[in-house]
Amino acid sequence: MPAMLRTLAQKLGMMAHGFHGGVHPHERKLTAGMPIEDCPLAPLYIVPLKQHIGEACTPLVAVGDKVLRGQKIARAEGYVSVPLHAPTSGTVVKIEEHPVVHPSGMSMPCVFIEADGLDEEDHSLERMTNWRDLDAAVLRERVRMCGIAGLGGAVFPTFIKLVQDKKNPIQTLVLNGIECEPYLTNDHQMMLEQAEEVLQGMAIIMHMVGAESGIIAIEDNKSDAARVMRQALAENSELAHVHVAVLPTRYPQGSEKQLIYSLTGKEVPAGKLPLHVGVICQNVGTAKAIRDAVLLGKPLTERLVTVSGDAMPRPANLRVRLGLTLRYVFAQRGLEDFENIQILHGGPMMGERLRIPDVPVIKSSIGLLAMHQDTVMQAHPAEQPCIRCGHCSQACPAALVPNLMADHCRNEQFDKAEAYNLFDCIECGACSYVCPSNIPLVQYFRYGKGQIAQLRREHDFAEASRQRFDARDARLAREKAEKAARRSRVRKELAPAPDKDTTTKVEKSTNDKAEES
Amino acid sequence: MTHLLAALLSLGAFALLAGVVLAVAQRVFHIEGDPMVDKIDSMLPQTQCGQCGYPGCKPYANAVASGAAEVNHCVPGGERVMLQIADLMGVEPKAVEEEAAAPMLAFVREDECIGCTLCIKACPVDAIVGAPKQYHTVIVDQCTGCMLCVEPCPVDCIDMLVKPELLEHWAWPLPDTRRAAVGHERRGHHAGHA
Repeated sequence: MPAMLRTLAQKLGMMAHGFHGGVHPHERKLTAGMPIEDCPLAPLYIVPLKQHIGEACTPLVAVGDKVLRGQKIARAEGYVSVPLHAPTSGTVVKIEEHPVVHPSGMSMPCVFIEADGLDEEDHSLERMTNWRDLDAAVLRERVRMCGIAGLGGAVFPTFIKLVQDKKNPIQTLVLNGIECEPYLTNDHQMMLEQAEEVLQGMAIIMHMVGAESGIIAIEDNKSDAARVMRQALAENSELAHVHVAVLPTRYPQGSEKQLIYSLTGKEVPAGKLPLHVGVICQNVGTAKAIRDAVLLGKPLTERLVTVSGDAMPRPANLRVRLGLTLRYVFAQRGLEDFENIQILHGGPMMGERLRIPDVPVIKSSIGLLAMHQDTVMQAHPAEQPCIRCGHCSQACPAALVPNLMADHCRNEQFDKAEAYNLFDCIECGACSYVCPSNIPLVQYFRYGKGQIAQLRREHDFAEASRQRFDARDARLAREKAEKAARRSRVRKELAPAPDKDTTTKVEKSTNDKAEES
Repeated sequence: MTHLLAALLSLGAFALLAGVVLAVAQRVFHIEGDPMVDKIDSMLPQTQCGQCGYPGCKPYANAVASGAAEVNHCVPGGERVMLQIADLMGVEPKAVEEEAAAPMLAFVREDECIGCTLCIKACPVDAIVGAPKQYHTVIVDQCTGCMLCVEPCPVDCIDMLVKPELLEHWAWPLPDTRRAAVGHERRGHHAGHA
């Protein structure tokens, strides 16, 4: 339908709001409906000291320390940060650099824990069963203490979003069960199996932020989950103002700003948070983690992971302890030989290609995909010139002009790329997906963003250096002036002499002094 | 006669008025220093290394603005800075002769340091701390890697280390497609031979 007609229909209330653009890739949800299984425990756990957006943590344990599951092993540094906890009981064997989930394949300091096999839990956090009577600030501190960061993949520290801001009161909580990436099914399975827990988490969040209504957003390819959630809601008298919204399947519906627009018609302005339009968005997995932290006093030490991909012998939805290596998790499902296999961390649209499987599972590991090298290569054949078809602009959920932005990034005209709102790009990959010329648009945007950040950093450093250089110059000039002033003062004190004989003597001594100083 | 007088008087009055306006404008819109110098200075990397032959970035900016120096003497700034300055000055770009080394950091081997403060005096950005007969050390976050502290050290206890690459500062490379590579080469070619 032409865009104008659609807008008109929406304005008249005849059609649901939908975000701009989007694509519908093959769903390939191999693990849909497969019950959650526990990934067996392993002898060694590797905990990277940064698993969220923000500042890295500082370790609180030393080599040789005994730790319990859920014990805090690293302290949060700065505001945008959450602490880390031991995934099982055992001994800290070393703290050193190890490769982590990162497109660069670079390393980061990690805490290595050798499991003792007992999996003893730390019960120092009390259960807050009376959370309805507790102040939001107390609950918020609990959420922070338990290391919870957005489990939908962005891992933004959750407690920061859970505020009661007088200026921007939150009316609506959106529970994100969209899971629009192909292959991934862990949120789907959580809604099917743990609907009760998810709703408890939702009630806690609504109490914390003072939201009046709630929406559970689910795509129409998961109608069974929508049914289960509706049933659970009907049995739950507390959540009267919560309803399940079933949205048409479209990628990237699960992206926060796009989802809020689809549900409420409110557009989150660039550089602002959903909070500013009175909405807060949480993933279903995060809601369950918040419920565990509050009701059971359990910090975040495990998460649901979809282990899938076209090269996976036995795909599954696994409950995996953080810190297990990808190699170990894959081996549990029958994949041990990584010849001609590309590992993806996250979904196939936005996930990171990893070079080695020896990196640990972290809080953002929504999915681990093993793809045949051929299928991945098929998605990236040689780049052809842009034919100006405009498909990328039609697919862009942020309503940008990807082809022009990519041109500017390629030609290193970063100021022009920025003028086309490069930083509003959410890197969803919809433009690359529809491009008939196979232009790796998102890679160009990432390159541009990285270069701009680099230039800004260099400029800031140069500016700070210049200020120090100027300050030093000023100081040296001041010292010189002071010295000159002292010298002339000394000369003045000694200069007036009545006797002609002593004059030469005094002058001589003044000169000596001047030389000394 | 009256015609001549009227013409002289009116022209003279007009000249006087114009003179007054110009004098006032010069006072009101007075600019301290050469604005070009500040613009060039803000483009320079502020390492204060002196590799351009001038004792710091500001003096080099002065020399470029006054036409005394070419635009291609900033070694750490490399091609990018040269192109920016050439663009600003409206002159033809010139190839940078020396290849910029990887970013470096100074490091004082503290057990060998005798505390002579010579490196502290040499540092153009006050990035070395210490006191007489006390160990000195380099503030890594503020070191510009200019190497000016290496030479004055009487016991040669300062090393220049390659600046470590931080995970947080890692940036995505250009996509490895033929088109991206060709574009990159072409740009290098233009800058080198212009």
